[in-house]
Amino acid sequence: MNRPIYMDNAATTRTDPRVVEAMLPYFTEVYGNPGSRNHMYGWESEAAVDAAREQAASLIGAGPKEIIWTSGATESNNLAIKGAAQMYAKAPLGSTGRGHIITAIIEHKAVLDPVKRLEREGFEVTWLEPGTDGIITAEMVRNAMRDDTILVTIMWANNEVGTINEVPEIGAVCREKGVVFHTDATQWVGKMPTDVDRDNIDLLSWSGHKIYGPKGVGALYVRRRKPRVRLQAQMDGGGHERGMRSGTLNVTGIVGMGAACAICAEEMETERERLLGLRRRLETELSSRMDVVAVNGHADRRLPHLTNISFGFVEGESLMMGIKDIACSSGSACTSASLEPSYVLKGLGLGDDLAHSSLRLSLGRFSTEEDVEIAIEGIVKAVEHLRRLSPLYDLHQEGIDINTIEWQAH
Amino acid sequence: MAYSEKVNDHYDNPRNVGSFGTSTEVKERKDVGVGIVGAPECGDVMQLQIKVGDDGVIEDAKFKCFGCGSAIASSSLATEWIKGKSVDEALKIRNTQIVEELALPPVKIHCSVLAEDSIRTAINDYKQKNGMAVEADHAHAH
Repeated sequence: MNRPIYMDNAATTRTDPRVVEAMLPYFTEVYGNPGSRNHMYGWESEAAVDAAREQAASLIGAGPKEIIWTSGATESNNLAIKGAAQMYAKAPLGSTGRGHIITAIIEHKAVLDPVKRLEREGFEVTWLEPGTDGIITAEMVRNAMRDDTILVTIMWANNEVGTINEVPEIGAVCREKGVVFHTDATQWVGKMPTDVDRDNIDLLSWSGHKIYGPKGVGALYVRRRKPRVRLQAQMDGGGHERGMRSGTLNVTGIVGMGAACAICAEEMETERERLLGLRRRLETELSSRMDVVAVNGHADRRLPHLTNISFGFVEGESLMMGIKDIACSSGSACTSASLEPSYVLKGLGLGDDLAHSSLRLSLGRFSTEEDVEIAIEGIVKAVEHLRRLSPLYDLHQEGIDINTIEWQAH
Repeated sequence: MAYSEKVNDHYDNPRNVGSFGTSTEVKERKDVGVGIVGAPECGDVMQLQIKVGDDGVIEDAKFKCFGCGSAIASSSLATEWIKGKSVDEALKIRNTQIVEELALPPVKIHCSVLAEDSIRTAINDYKQKNGMAVEADHAHAH
């Protein structure tokens, strides 16, 4: 059986062979613990970690001392959100009124769940909802600000739809109010130009494996000046990473993430254009060859490599079954015990019929025009097959609006 | 999710797809019974239509289904099973038989329940149109 073509780069990416090459010596030749201060083995590993720190910092316009290595974006988010909330809390653990946090319902679980935990621990939370374009705006954040707001955490680009929030503007509002601003930039960094000073960011999370680096390594940017941001450590131990994240450094992973950052910085501009061309081709072909096809989220404010498309009158899981040659994500979570459609798509105000039938296609460095061709043909074939079976498509063709029918929900 | 071979076969080659006319046309046909169950927001809508002869035997059956692979397979299988049966025999089909035939996993049992419901709804529709007594609802073996 041929392996399906890979269109799930928002889930993870293939490690770039150049990255693997850069990592290899650090398994068997340079294997010292960067914390070993007394011998050459330690020094050379530390030098490698520092070089990677420069590469990571330079990708986002930060200084190397502002980079904390972690195990991935989930850990970075946890450290940023819990670490900042605990550091800037207005009352001690066990009391209420510990401070106000602003976030959005379309965040990744790695942000939602830490914030929910803080909510249980005495912080108050405003959960912003986007408009139908999927964007969280600076105005929404400004209107939610309170005197006791201590933290705003808004993702840069959404992982399911690819919509881009007003991050620099939200950062400016936070700066004006003196509130710490964290952004989960996992889908953004490495793909789009980033400058933490220009973009008013205090804390920024990203990971290695979304940018053609290895899995199991990530980074958190922590602003050191204007203003200096402090965090309470979530992992206690040997005091690594300026005391913010203890644990022996994952040298091979860090070297890989550094190399991945350097390649992204180098190739970002041309890659962006190329991917945008491929994405547009996907969207135009699919929506011109079939009716009732909706590209979800804002028309322009979206990542170049990611598209989320709904196919009316077709159910998501059966659509996935029909496109076995394409590895991608379904917007619907109906594959397991949960029969709820994607909470992000519902957040966009998409009706249940459309939220049930969407695909997330995410392109990457190794995607080709041929891949896009195969995907278009495969999806058209599957949707047409399922529409021949769909009683809802019949009703649509008879001119009956399915939202006006009284269904016998089971 | 890995599906059984039978589910995959019904998905790729669904049996008896179609209808006996538009929704308005079938409403008026006394020899046709229509069962539509489920709701779009639940991710499943099954439509089963039966064409019944004067002798009370289901001459033909057609389905359409908006739903997952198991739902498509359950309704496709239902059409195969009821064709040639009298309406009263068809009413004896239980969802558990569908589960067994298609090797449906526990999370997909609701698909078989929908298929059983669609058979009963279609038959009841036929009976009502023809002034016959309709059997009362009964509990499913979930």
